[in-house]
Amino acid sequence: MMDFLSLKKNLSKDFSSFKKIKVAVLGDSATQFLSQSIKGYGYEVDLNFEIYEADYNQIERQIYDQSSDLYSFQPEYIIIQKSALKLLNNFYKTSVSRKSAFGETELRTVREICSSISANSKSKIIFTNYNEINDGVFGNFAAKVESSFLYQIRKINLGLMDIAREIKNLYILDTASINSSFGMNKFTDAKMYINADMVYSLDVLPEIAKQIADIITSIQGRIKKCIILDLDNTLWGGIIGDDGIENIQIGSLGIGKAYSNLQLWLRELKYRGIILTVCSKNTESLAKEPFEKHPDMILHLDDIALFVANWDNKIENIKYIQSVLNLGFDSMVFLDDSPFERGMIKQAIPELTVPDLPEDAAEYVPFLRSLNLFETASYSEQDAERTKLYQEEANRTILYKSFSSEQDFLSNLEMVSEVQDFNKFNAPRIAQLTQRSNQFNLRTIRYTEDDILKLASSNEHKCFAFTLKDKYGEYGFIGILILKKQNESLFIDSFIMSCRVLKRSMENFILNQIVEYAKGNGFKNIVGEYLPTVKNVIVKDLFKDYQFKESSDRWYLEVEDFVVKETFIKRK
Amino acid sequence: MQTDQIYSQLNDVFKEVFNKGDLIITDETSADKIEEWDSLQHLVLMITIEKKFGIKFTAKESQSFNNVGEMVKVIQSKLD
Repeated sequence: MMDFLSLKKNLSKDFSSFKKIKVAVLGDSATQFLSQSIKGYGYEVDLNFEIYEADYNQIERQIYDQSSDLYSFQPEYIIIQKSALKLLNNFYKTSVSRKSAFGETELRTVREICSSISANSKSKIIFTNYNEINDGVFGNFAAKVESSFLYQIRKINLGLMDIAREIKNLYILDTASINSSFGMNKFTDAKMYINADMVYSLDVLPEIAKQIADIITSIQGRIKKCIILDLDNTLWGGIIGDDGIENIQIGSLGIGKAYSNLQLWLRELKYRGIILTVCSKNTESLAKEPFEKHPDMILHLDDIALFVANWDNKIENIKYIQSVLNLGFDSMVFLDDSPFERGMIKQAIPELTVPDLPEDAAEYVPFLRSLNLFETASYSEQDAERTKLYQEEANRTILYKSFSSEQDFLSNLEMVSEVQDFNKFNAPRIAQLTQRSNQFNLRTIRYTEDDILKLASSNEHKCFAFTLKDKYGEYGFIGILILKKQNESLFIDSFIMSCRVLKRSMENFILNQIVEYAKGNGFKNIVGEYLPTVKNVIVKDLFKDYQFKESSDRWYLEVEDFVVKETFIKRK
Repeated sequence: MQTDQIYSQLNDVFKEVFNKGDLIITDETSADKIEEWDSLQHLVLMITIEKKFGIKFTAKESQSFNNVGEMVKVIQSKLD
C-alpha cells in the first residue's frame, strides 16, 4: 500500500496522458489531504482526476444552490465526505426527546441532497458512510436504547444502503469497513482532528483514496471478471501427485480449514459472476480427482469454467485460457502460492493481476479480502449463471470443429433472438453490458441503470436490447443498440455486443434491425461513429465493412441502398 | 540516542516531507525559513517524526514548536 507522502509526491508527476475525470470533493471537515490523496492515487491507476474542492463545511450550500461553483464545475463524480465525529456533535446538540428520530432526520437530508444533485447535474454521488463510534455513554447497553448514539449511527449506515439500492447514481464508500480493519485509533489521528479538523489519519488516507478510485474505475468498466487458480498448496494443502487424494489438506486434515475457507470465498465470487478457471502443472486426471471424489472439496468441476492441467509452460496455458474465454488479461487475477511462478507470470503478462499470496495459507483469505479486487458497479441475479454460459461456449467450440463450413455450423446452432425495448426489468443487465463490454463497443459510453431508464422513456431515442439462445443454452442479453433521432438521420449512440457471440452473425442481425427501424419510421440515413480505445480494435472497420461512407470522422449509410445482411438467427 | 543521531534522522524526515534532498536543518530552522512549511504541512511533519522515532506528540506540543531546536529537545526527552 502506498503511503501519504508517496501520493503527495505523485502530485508533481505528469498526468497529461491519462484520461481526465472531474471530481468534486465536499466535506463537513477539512478535506485538503483527502483531495491530495485522491489526485495522487489517480497516478497509480492512470487517471487524471481534476478536482474541485469546496470550501470548508459547504456541503448543503453548494448542493442546494443551482448556481453554485459545484455545478458550474460539472463534475462527473461528487464525493460527499461526512464524519462520524461531526455527526456525534450534532447528536449531542439534539434534545433528548428527539434523539430517537435523529437517524431518520439525517437520512431524510441524504435523500434531499441526492435528489437536489440529480435535479441539477448528471453527477454520480459517492457518499461516505460512518465509522461506528460507541461514545461510551451507555456502554454495551446502547444496543437496547433507541436514543443512544450507537443505535442511531448504525441505523443511519443501514439506511444509507437502503437509499443506495433505490438511487442508482448513489454509491457508498464504506468507511465503516475501512475503520473496522484499521481500528479507530489508526483511522483518526486525535491530534490532526483537534488541530486541523481532519478526520482521516495519514495512514488511512491512501486506503480511502484507493477505494474511491476502485469505485470510479469499476464504473468506468475496469473490473475483474475471472480468476485463474493454481491447485497444489493454493486450493488445497500438499501435492496431489505426491501425497494422493487421502493426504491433501482440505476440510479437517491439517490446516485444511484455511483452504476450505478460500474455496468457500471463491464459490461466493462465482455466484457473484466471477469466472473460475484452473491452471495447474499436473496430470489432468490426478488434478481432477479431488474435485470429483474428495468429500471435503467445496468447489466441484461444474464450478470451473475451464480446467487446464498439463506439464506445459504456465505462461502458454494462461494465454490459452485468455483466448478461449476471450477476456482481457487486465480483467483476470492469477492465484498461485509459488513466488517463482508468480514472478515469471508477472514478467510475461504484466497486465494480469498477480497478488503476492502470504506464505501462510491461514492468511490467504484475510489478505485477498483486504485487496478489494472485485469491486463492481453492477450486479444482477443472472451473474450467478455466468460459469454455465462459458461452459456452454466450450461445447460450441467443440461442435464448431466438427463442421466443414462456418455456415453449416451456424445454421446447426438453431439460434433465436428476442428484440426488446429498454424497460425496468432489463435495465440492470443492459447497464452492465455498457459497463463490461470493451471490445465490440463502438463508442464505449458507459451507462448506469438510472441512465438506461431515462433512455427508455426518451422521445429522442430508440433503444433495443437483444437476447440470444441456441440449442446449447441461453446467452441472455448480449446486444444493445441506442439510436438518437436527428431529423432524418438516426445516429448510432451505442452499438454494443457481448464478445461471447462474436461470429454468430449477430452483428448482421442487429444491423438489419437498425435499417428496418429506420425504414419503418421515415429515416433516410444512418450515421455511425467509431471512437477508438485500446480495446475496441475489432470494430474499427465495422462501418467500412458494412459499406458506410466516411466523411469527416463519421460514417453514413443511405437506407435506400441497404442490402439485407445474411444472418442465421431467427427473430422470436 | 545521541543528539547528532537525532539531528541526522530528523533531517531525513525534513527532506522527505518537504521533498528537498539538499535540505540541511539547524536549531534555528523554522516555518518562515521553509516556504512549503504551512500549518497543514506541519501536521504531516509531526506525524512523520512520530513514526520515525516511535514517539507521540500531544496536540499541545505539536502546536508549540517554534524551531527545530525545540523539537529536538522534546524528541530527546521522549526517547530517554
